[in-house]
Amino acid sequence: MRRPLVSFMVLLFLAHLALAQELTVAAAADLNYALKDLAAQYQKKTGTAVTLSFGSSGNLFSQIQNGAPYDLFFSADEDYPKRLAAAGLVENGSLRTYAVGHLVLWVRNGMGLDRSHQIADILLQPSIQRIAIANPQTAPYGRAAMSALEHLGLKDKVASKLVFGENVSQAAQFAQSGNAQAGLIPLSLALAPSMKDAGSYWELPPDSYPELRQGVVIIAASKHKKAAQAFLDYVTSAEGSAVLRQYGFRIPDSR
Amino acid sequence: MILQALILTLRLAVVVSALLLVIGLPLAYWLAFSRWRWKFLCEAIVSLPIVLPPTVLGFYVLVAIGPLSPFGRWYQALTGHGLAFTFGGLVVGSVLYSLPFAVQPMAASFSALDRKLLDASSLLGASRWRTFWRIVLPLGLPGVLTGIVLSFAHTLGEFGVVLMIGGNIPGATQTVSILIYDQVQALDYVTANRTALLLLSLCFVLLAILYGLRRRSAWGLWDWK
Repeated sequence: MRRPLVSFMVLLFLAHLALAQELTVAAAADLNYALKDLAAQYQKKTGTAVTLSFGSSGNLFSQIQNGAPYDLFFSADEDYPKRLAAAGLVENGSLRTYAVGHLVLWVRNGMGLDRSHQIADILLQPSIQRIAIANPQTAPYGRAAMSALEHLGLKDKVASKLVFGENVSQAAQFAQSGNAQAGLIPLSLALAPSMKDAGSYWELPPDSYPELRQGVVIIAASKHKKAAQAFLDYVTSAEGSAVLRQYGFRIPDSR
Repeated sequence: MILQALILTLRLAVVVSALLLVIGLPLAYWLAFSRWRWKFLCEAIVSLPIVLPPTVLGFYVLVAIGPLSPFGRWYQALTGHGLAFTFGGLVVGSVLYSLPFAVQPMAASFSALDRKLLDASSLLGASRWRTFWRIVLPLGLPGVLTGIVLSFAHTLGEFGVVLMIGGNIPGATQTVSILIYDQVQALDYVTANRTALLLLSLCFVLLAILYGLRRRSAWGLWDWK
């Protein structure tokens, strides 16, 4: 009985060594589908496995501040990466803007709404009892949603309708499951397969919230900086950008 | 903010432990005295929330109270609003989540009773109902009280289920544990520390009172184990 056990342990150890070669990436929740696609394609192409951890950018930011072992951090804004850079926690000069995100109003099918309805009218409708947004304290898209509401003059009028997801994925899930009748979520999630067929979306006017320029950095403590740089180059390549565009991101000209 | 969350949390704990007393007593009685051959299946179901991660429970509760389920639609038609993101929704989730913590001590103390006393009671002509109130409940009281205190304390510290079905609304569904999570995420360690310390002291005082009373055996046969 001992031999199989020993060889099993050795196997586990070898597997652990093999796994150690892969990249660990912290990513904002709006990248949930886009980055999964990118990582899968990248693994097919290069053999490098990319492990993804999703969360709100603020949550990931505080994890990295406390020494979380990530190689890369894809934020939903540029502010968190810059703050990490200021704290000396990222590789010098690694900050790049990989995408610009858009905010949309997403409503489940069957609410009797169509293109002719204005965003403000929809949000004020009595049948829209709950509007899900990401927690503005930690999610850039939650902050964008708050400033869009303020810009539309709705902040106080819909304040009692707001429910807060822990990150944009949870806000989208609240709306998708019908527990909230509407959600202010990233376009990239509205275009995800499970959301696309379940409802429709309205893009918020771009001037109603600060531009969602999304930055990525290589973490200074990473032991796989070359591999991290290679994956980053792939994401910002023409091929990677095409995938990001599929999910509704705009690719910034200068980066 | 902190006070609001604290009051909400205490209100939730009181409502949940009161409901669990009402639900738990008959359930525990049945579990202790039933001779049904499939009873073990019910025991397993009651204990599920102990082993299940809160995400499983939160996920099913969220779907069950949402408009995708018949119950959710029925509730929406009845009250005009959904159950998710409301205090009522939290109560539903918490009652399920804390159920074993109420039922198990109660059932354990009931099954530990001397059956001769129950036989004597019925031989003397007392109804089951009367036997329950005069014999089972007074003798099983320590277990019942443990059940209430445990479910109360368990609800105070609940996090995962509330995170999944609450929607983090101050004054309605933002409990202390969620507030602390929020404050830590916002890197507001000073406030987070203050809130956490408050909850810690509160729980310590509660448990100290519980064990103090137990030591003095103020409730008679407290040591039912």
